[in-house]
Amino acid sequence: MAILVDRGTRLLVQGITGREGAFHTARMLEYGTQVVGGVTPGKGGTTVEGVPVFDTVREARAATGANASIIFVPAGFAADAALEAIEAGLELVVIITEGIPVQDMLQVVARARQKGTRLIGPNCPGLISPGEALVGILPGRVFTPGPVGLVSRSGTLTYEVVHLLSQAGIGQSTCVGVGGDPIIGTRFVDVLARFEEDPATQAVVLIGEIGGTDEEEAAAFIREHMTKPVVAFISGRTAPPGKRMGHAGAIISGRLGTPQSKVEAFRAAHVPVADTIDEIVRLVGERLGRPTVAGRA
Amino acid sequence: MRLTEAQSKAIFRDAGLPVPDGEVVSSPEAAQAVAARLGARVAVKVQIPIGGRGKAGGIKLADTPEQAAEAARTLLGARIRGYVVHQVLVERASSVASEYYLSVTVDRARQTPVLIFSTAGGMDIEEVAEQTPERIAKLWVDPLLGLRDFHIRWLLQQGGAPAELSREFARFVRALWELFGRYDAQLVEINPLAQTADGRLVALDGKIEIDDNALFRHPDLAAMRSVEADHPLERQAREQGLAYVKLEGDVGIIGNGAGLVMATLDAVQREGGRPANFLDIGGGARAEVVERALRVVLGDPDVKAVLVNVFGGITRCDEVARGLLQAIAALGGASVPIVVRLAGTREQEGRALLSEAGVQGVSSAATFEEAARRAVELARSRAN
Repeated sequence: MAILVDRGTRLLVQGITGREGAFHTARMLEYGTQVVGGVTPGKGGTTVEGVPVFDTVREARAATGANASIIFVPAGFAADAALEAIEAGLELVVIITEGIPVQDMLQVVARARQKGTRLIGPNCPGLISPGEALVGILPGRVFTPGPVGLVSRSGTLTYEVVHLLSQAGIGQSTCVGVGGDPIIGTRFVDVLARFEEDPATQAVVLIGEIGGTDEEEAAAFIREHMTKPVVAFISGRTAPPGKRMGHAGAIISGRLGTPQSKVEAFRAAHVPVADTIDEIVRLVGERLGRPTVAGRA
Repeated sequence: MRLTEAQSKAIFRDAGLPVPDGEVVSSPEAAQAVAARLGARVAVKVQIPIGGRGKAGGIKLADTPEQAAEAARTLLGARIRGYVVHQVLVERASSVASEYYLSVTVDRARQTPVLIFSTAGGMDIEEVAEQTPERIAKLWVDPLLGLRDFHIRWLLQQGGAPAELSREFARFVRALWELFGRYDAQLVEINPLAQTADGRLVALDGKIEIDDNALFRHPDLAAMRSVEADHPLERQAREQGLAYVKLEGDVGIIGNGAGLVMATLDAVQREGGRPANFLDIGGGARAEVVERALRVVLGDPDVKAVLVNVFGGITRCDEVARGLLQAIAALGGASVPIVVRLAGTREQEGRALLSEAGVQGVSSAATFEEAARRAVELARSRAN
């Protein structure tokens, strides 16, 4: 068991003929994901890594029975690609592309909500259910199957934490990178609700960062709706206000998005906030009843 | 990207919204000439991209052209909140009867655009929101529906706008909404939107923030980016495609992934050090990118030690090591100590490359925390 993606996921890759799209298609196939088709307008009839390419999502879905899509299309065309996937009736749409204008995303997110499409990203590494399916650009090798669900606004920080968890013998049910942009399709609360219902998930790691109020909303959700233990980490705790720290969403503006507010919200929800990466592993181990030695093996 | 007041007002004027008559100048003589042409009391206002310029001493009133020249002389070249003033706006001072607030921005939590109106204009709107939230009217607009006339009526009614001005206010709301969409703005704000003594509405200040991600659709706006407003190192890094933010400390930071780099800055501060910058080389960086990154960081005279923190997922640690060695070779050695922590894909190969090269001043650390501690110690020992 896992959330959002598993062995039954039938995936389309939009932008499959591009450099990134082709590279990660090979990685996902290698991991065992069912990549059933690709879409690049004008390249229909060709193949990439043995995967048939179509001109439109509608055609690809009809031919392959796909239920999910991952988007590697350049920023200027990505919103159109996402809307195409939503209108074609796919259940899950993951946008890897970075740099999509916010106003484009406002429309895409609103439409996905109307149509009941689960949208993840943009500017995200995708998601993985270890041993089942990789839908994204995460390095499959560092993940191991197990009881910890992870949700994060950051890619590399996720890999780092998972690497340490795996080394400590703690595997993962599903890891979801929700993305570093201000407007994203799936937020912490959406994933937490799934983890709470997922029998394979026994504990959750939440990796947040400065900017926005998603962590505060997550804390409120945990307090009211979650029975499973959650461990949080927040990066950018020492970042100065008004500076955008790489991610478009990682900025403290005025009184919004401060680390103090996030840490206090988690403390009020009895969620421990780890000060270091190593501490995350220790706190998770304790909650699973498996003491671990902090640090690298 | 934040436009200056004068740039924002030029856009308002083009959209048919009244703004005070004025001109941007960069010398006291020109300020004097503009004031003489206007033939009235003028405001001389620094053009830098920050709020609260009045409080920071960046706005002066002048009754005569000579006073305007004097004000410009004081302000030009001054440093206000870290920005050097290169230009001032000289404009006709208005006699104000009342002040309002009007903006369109993105509500991140609700994921929709929001219109904000208040009769408490001319003040810090965040303060108003905190202390007298009832004086702020907000209306969220479904991005798929767009702004409808009833939205405007609801907003103005809720905000208590005087009925006799409702047509004029409606014109401003509609225009701001259209600018918000047309320019891919994150914020279009008029504060204060003043009612003058003769009963007209005029935009006394203006602020437009453009979504950096959308600048590819607006080359005209991208060209307006004021070069003076950026730190030279930030400009250099941006031109090279690097995500770099200049900070105030002395430990240079290079990492991959925004979250990891932020966590690295946090680790450095926890060890008692101060980061000199944020620099994200991104995913899958090749040696050349790493080389460019190191050059930018070493180009900062404040940097006393460098911490390179990479987790190789898609990025390969051997590529990172190769890039570092290339940069150091090209620069004729490491001018400050460099602590490198490589983990993940090809970490053994990466570390081996570094140790075999045996470059003076370059050392490897096994963990995140150890790397931060060592970099902070090295920076401190060199600062003394």
